[in-house]
Amino acid sequence: MASATTLSPDLSPGASQGGAPAAMPPAAPGVFGFTRAQAVALLLLIAALIACPFFLYPQFLMKLLCFALFACAFNLLIGYVGLLSFGHAAYFGMGSYIAAHAAKVWGLTPEVSILLGGVVGALFGLVFGWIAIRRAGIYFAMITLALAQMVYFFCLQAPFTHGEDGIQSIPRGMLFGVIDLRADMSMYWFVAGLFLIGFLLIHRIIHSPFGQVLTAIRENEPRATSLGYRTDDYKLVAFVLSAGIAGVAGGAKAITVGIATLTDVHWSMSGEVVLMTLLGGLGTLFGPVIGAAAVVSMQTYLAPFGAWVTIIQGGIFVLCVLAFRAGIVGEIARMLRVKL
Amino acid sequence: MQDHILETEGLTKEFRGFVAVSGVDLRIRRGTIHGLIGPNGAGKTTCFNLLTKFMQPSRGTIRYDGRDITRMKPAEVARLGLVRSFQISAVFPHLSVLENVRVALQRQRGGSYDFWRSDSVLRRYDDRAMELLADVGLTTYAAAPAGTLPYGRKRALEIATTLALDPTLMLLDEPTAGMTHEDVDRIVALVRRVAQGRTVLMVEHNLKVVEGLCDAITVLTRGKVLAEGPYAEVSRNPDVIAAYLGSDPSVSGAAEVVHA
Repeated sequence: MASATTLSPDLSPGASQGGAPAAMPPAAPGVFGFTRAQAVALLLLIAALIACPFFLYPQFLMKLLCFALFACAFNLLIGYVGLLSFGHAAYFGMGSYIAAHAAKVWGLTPEVSILLGGVVGALFGLVFGWIAIRRAGIYFAMITLALAQMVYFFCLQAPFTHGEDGIQSIPRGMLFGVIDLRADMSMYWFVAGLFLIGFLLIHRIIHSPFGQVLTAIRENEPRATSLGYRTDDYKLVAFVLSAGIAGVAGGAKAITVGIATLTDVHWSMSGEVVLMTLLGGLGTLFGPVIGAAAVVSMQTYLAPFGAWVTIIQGGIFVLCVLAFRAGIVGEIARMLRVKL
Repeated sequence: MQDHILETEGLTKEFRGFVAVSGVDLRIRRGTIHGLIGPNGAGKTTCFNLLTKFMQPSRGTIRYDGRDITRMKPAEVARLGLVRSFQISAVFPHLSVLENVRVALQRQRGGSYDFWRSDSVLRRYDDRAMELLADVGLTTYAAAPAGTLPYGRKRALEIATTLALDPTLMLLDEPTAGMTHEDVDRIVALVRRVAQGRTVLMVEHNLKVVEGLCDAITVLTRGKVLAEGPYAEVSRNPDVIAAYLGSDPSVSGAAEVVHA
């Protein structure tokens, strides 16, 4: 019976002051703002990053990580600011094209090319976000979609993207000008590192003074305004960060796979990232990673079924909305009563 | 120092031809508790939204502390010390009670755009936040998510959050709406205490609260000012009695008597 206190030491002070509602314990500060459950999940994730290439095809894993980073960037916006952008393919796709062009035509090193993709993604995010943030809800989603469609048609026509052919046989080049990335395993460690940096950056953004204001805005925007916060400015900064990270993800994908095509800027890519995030768990740290893994795995391993992939995906999407709205990670977190 | 902290002149708001607030001249004396009362649909909340810039007036001017704020944005007037509460209790439900207050205290550091810094820098506001929570009797709830608080406590939290900005002029929109008697007494005592050294403008339906708290009141009906002055004086005004009782058919006869 004495075990009650030993089991939940951080619960006891709150519980002893009767009258307080049965509430969550104060989030233990943990390491770098991770809760204990999140720290465990992060260690598992890192272990998986290290172990997986010895069991699974590195090409597949790299693609998966690029999409996982893309989904995490998208989740920053919808999960933590409450903004549904339906045009994130624009930033992903522009990042992809710019990195491809920089690596192939300008002969820049891969890390600079990818970074350039991120910068261009962020710039597009700045302009598009500035236009879209004046509207809320479905209007915001429609404006982002319309602007992304403009980017699609630009990419279809612009000479440097090579229209329907896309940019092909992009050299992976030498990382920092010294490490040859042609071997899949070298490239894998680079992409895994890049993903981890992006993932940790997003976590930091959420758990920063800025992130605290973002959460307040998501929870009650008029109240945040009445406290003196220019909410549009905060949303715009979040939008630019999200678009920038999406651009990095697109750039990394182009360098990894060696091609940048119209698929990357097509609206269905925007839809796919929504699917990944919803499936994994909106507003959870690890959800988008799991969601991206699920969607990319389906696309790869169900490929023999051809057109059925889309139908299966659609079915899963419907199931997700009907049965488990919190997504895979969201439901697991609810069952274990932890924050993931 | 001016005598009046807030003055409006001919404040008007029209919605597609419907005039919600029409030519309102308000004068709120510094350091007082001023009540804004009137029947449902009189334009009180619209008035509030205009004063705090959540809505743009169609016509008229608003002067706060000698400065024209008519064209300012809501976040700007909040920074000048004119801070409002909301009719529907406005808390951040998934933030803890402590974090709710801290988000307001965080304003002291100016803009919080530093997304690269750990939020542990915000812990330096924890002590002040706990003081404010103690002030409104919420110490034991500090770690609870604000959404789990009972209604009356949410209103108390909202006042604590508003106080965190150390406002010069506090606008409270129906602070006791939907509360039990016990909660009402607590809020009344709280408002009286926090009004020390500030000005409070409150919309309130509960006339007992108004009588007990307010130094002066303004009565609005159909978007217009019907009467203004100390409660004792205004409450004897026959027009005010008619406006208040006339809306209820069972006592409209009584209003006739008053008129006669």
